[in-house]
Amino acid sequence: MTQTSANRLTSPASAVKGTTGIIKLLLKGRAFFALIAIIVVFSFLSPNYLTVSNLLIMSSHVAIYGILAIGMLVVILSGGIDLSVGSILALCGVVAGALMQGVELKPLGVILFPPVWAVVVLTCSLGAALGALNGILIAWFRVPAFVTTLGVMYMARGIALLMTNGLTYNNLAGRPELGNTGFDWLGFNRLFGVPISVVVLAVLAVLTGLMLSRSSFGRWLYASGGNENAADLSGVPVKRVKITVYTLSGILSAIAGLVLSSQLTSAGPTAGTTYELTAIAAVVIGGAALTGGRGTVRGTMLGAFVIGFLSDGLVIIGVSSYWQTVFTGAVIVLAVLMNTIQYGARGVRP
Amino acid sequence: MSDAAISRPAGEVVLAARNIAKSYNGVKALKGVNFDIHRGQVTTLFGENGAGKSTLMKILSGIVQPTSGEVILDGQPIVFSSSTDARNHGISIIHQELSLAPNLSVRDNIFMGREINGPTGVNYAEEERQVRELLAELEEDIDPLTPVEELRLGQQQIVEIARALSVDSRILIMDEPTSALSATEVEVLFNVIRDLTAKGVSIVYISHHLEEALQITDHAVVLRDGNMTAYAPRADIDLEWIVRNMVGENYDLGNPPTGYDFGPVMLSVRDLTVPDPAGGGYNVVDRMSLDVRAGEIVCIYGLMGAGRSELLETVAGKLSATSGEIVLEGKEISHLAIGERIARGLALVPEDRQRYGLVQTMSVGQNLSLASIREFARGVFTSLKLERALIQKSIRDVTVKTDGPDVPIGSLSGGNQQKVVIGKMLATDPKVILLDEPSRGIDIGAKAEVFRILAAHAAAGRAVVYTTSEVNECLSIAHRIIIMRRGRISAEFTSDITKEKIMAASGEAVAA
Repeated sequence: MTQTSANRLTSPASAVKGTTGIIKLLLKGRAFFALIAIIVVFSFLSPNYLTVSNLLIMSSHVAIYGILAIGMLVVILSGGIDLSVGSILALCGVVAGALMQGVELKPLGVILFPPVWAVVVLTCSLGAALGALNGILIAWFRVPAFVTTLGVMYMARGIALLMTNGLTYNNLAGRPELGNTGFDWLGFNRLFGVPISVVVLAVLAVLTGLMLSRSSFGRWLYASGGNENAADLSGVPVKRVKITVYTLSGILSAIAGLVLSSQLTSAGPTAGTTYELTAIAAVVIGGAALTGGRGTVRGTMLGAFVIGFLSDGLVIIGVSSYWQTVFTGAVIVLAVLMNTIQYGARGVRP
Repeated sequence: MSDAAISRPAGEVVLAARNIAKSYNGVKALKGVNFDIHRGQVTTLFGENGAGKSTLMKILSGIVQPTSGEVILDGQPIVFSSSTDARNHGISIIHQELSLAPNLSVRDNIFMGREINGPTGVNYAEEERQVRELLAELEEDIDPLTPVEELRLGQQQIVEIARALSVDSRILIMDEPTSALSATEVEVLFNVIRDLTAKGVSIVYISHHLEEALQITDHAVVLRDGNMTAYAPRADIDLEWIVRNMVGENYDLGNPPTGYDFGPVMLSVRDLTVPDPAGGGYNVVDRMSLDVRAGEIVCIYGLMGAGRSELLETVAGKLSATSGEIVLEGKEISHLAIGERIARGLALVPEDRQRYGLVQTMSVGQNLSLASIREFARGVFTSLKLERALIQKSIRDVTVKTDGPDVPIGSLSGGNQQKVVIGKMLATDPKVILLDEPSRGIDIGAKAEVFRILAAHAAAGRAVVYTTSEVNECLSIAHRIIIMRRGRISAEFTSDITKEKIMAASGEAVAA
């Protein structure tokens, strides 16, 4: 028999207003209300929490996770997962660092110091190439996404360690006489008082949001993640969609790597370890389904801010960083529990 | 109770269904069915797909609970809480869909869930000995340690049967046990059934192979649309009686549209050969050729596994052929991707709408517009206004009953979901539309509407090809009826053919 059962979580009860309506509203906007609650609670506990300068500093911390989470969102929407983002971030940071130190061309006896814009372009291309590698292995060779990206995660981390011998590039400022200054702009400068990293996050979020809601590609992506077979038979180029989302995720990891090394004015091969898990957590807290096809940029951004504001708040009131880990974990489990309640049987694909 | 049961003579009613009704989400699968299972005899259930046979068997074996009515075991009303409960009462079932774990060995499958435990864990040696005995009885040379996935389908079915036999049951339900068996294997199975009945075991048998079932059965029960339409002992019946009761009177599913001449050949399939996608090593479509003209409606009838779905999926681009040509409007399209074929005017409505037709996470409107995104894309972005218009038009065209385009697709009834899948493909403005079992799992009113829509589109100059496994649906709107059997066309009829001839040509009733 066909199974159209249990799909009607919302229909008849919607006429009943009052408490159910409020619960539903709370459930639907849970990430938003969680963020409000976090801000209110920490404002009571610390007078310094709710100040413009602190909010901006916390936001610049969120930017790194937030950029990774946008990439993770598009991958998760396609029904996949990308574990390699933290390592790609580190490798791209290290490559950017190496480029800033100058590239020695032995046979010509010269050292090239590429300008910052060239460093950015090269680094993003590297991220795109690694992402495309993930995508091609997954779409064409049908290697499971979990395994592919796990492998690339190890390889990228290993290459970053090999390149630096485990050490960190500390001098990224460049020299005026070589014309390669300005790398710290990303991490330190402000536009109308807002850190550049936050501006970058906002721009990327808006662009991705438009792509998801208004472009053909966005529709292809939701369809491929919701039901790959149906999308395929409807003429959606499912393989191309997959390769594109992993490539996007790679590019966004590279951008996050640039922002992080600029903020730290150093590029280390161990940067971004476990950031992939934070990114996944942000997407999940934002209400996306790990089975694919459901999720929004707005939710994911709220998820990233919930995680960032929570852990920074705990630091400000002086709670042990070990407790932060416990709290973050609890929030993730709670978020997934809420997802299950909201989607019910609909979250499970037949 | 056991003493009484054993001392009773053969022919006594052991298990009975009384007024059994079952609804799934408001769709009535069974509408008050009565029937008896006699001790030591074979009772066969006949009926078309969707008549309610499998549902009834699931109720008798405790897998699902009836909405109303009683199951009576040895004269006492009884409620089975689960299939294990039913098994403990001596009732076991061989499922139509194989319920084996492919990664486990034959031995482990047969003893799954009731392993024989010894002092040092599972007693594998004893299990293996019993499996060898069972397989010897079934005259099948399979090593008990072979993983099930390495067996061919017929052997897997034997393992499924062996598993049911390994539990000493009083009542054994067999749902299509022979669909993948060779003639010799069927003969062996029938011998086993005769042995079992001689020992007093009651058998309930379901089969599409009417002739075959008539060889073994003692009683026949015919179901149609959830009702029991006939019940008789073997002596009183013949093939013609079964077919008459199975199919019933024609309900009106429309007539072939007339009043126009067919246009040029739109779709031409030449010598198409498609290997088994599951890797069975044979061809599911075997050098098949077919021409369909503009305005023509062609129905493809055949049993499960006849190659109907694979033919349509290959034409649409989901499967690839090893040889042969697919020509759309005079142009070869075999090398094109699915999307390009849709753009050229070829649309497929797949058989399983849940798995291949709908995106459950999307709304009704988004599902309807999914195959025609290019139509309302403007540059990088999509035009919401054009999309709205397209969705509204589709909803009107295929008369979807919905609370608006933004409700989740899962909130619609089965028939309306099917109309959404059809509407989605019609929205691409196809020249040729292929439909694989368009009437599967929808009620009679929706069926009639689907056929009315198809007839209207054919009259508007489209070529329509649909498959079905119900004879009534062949004799509705189709101008031409093609019978497929083992990947080939076994017969071709015009719309004035009789049901009996169609069933005979499909291999369902060989001697009719």
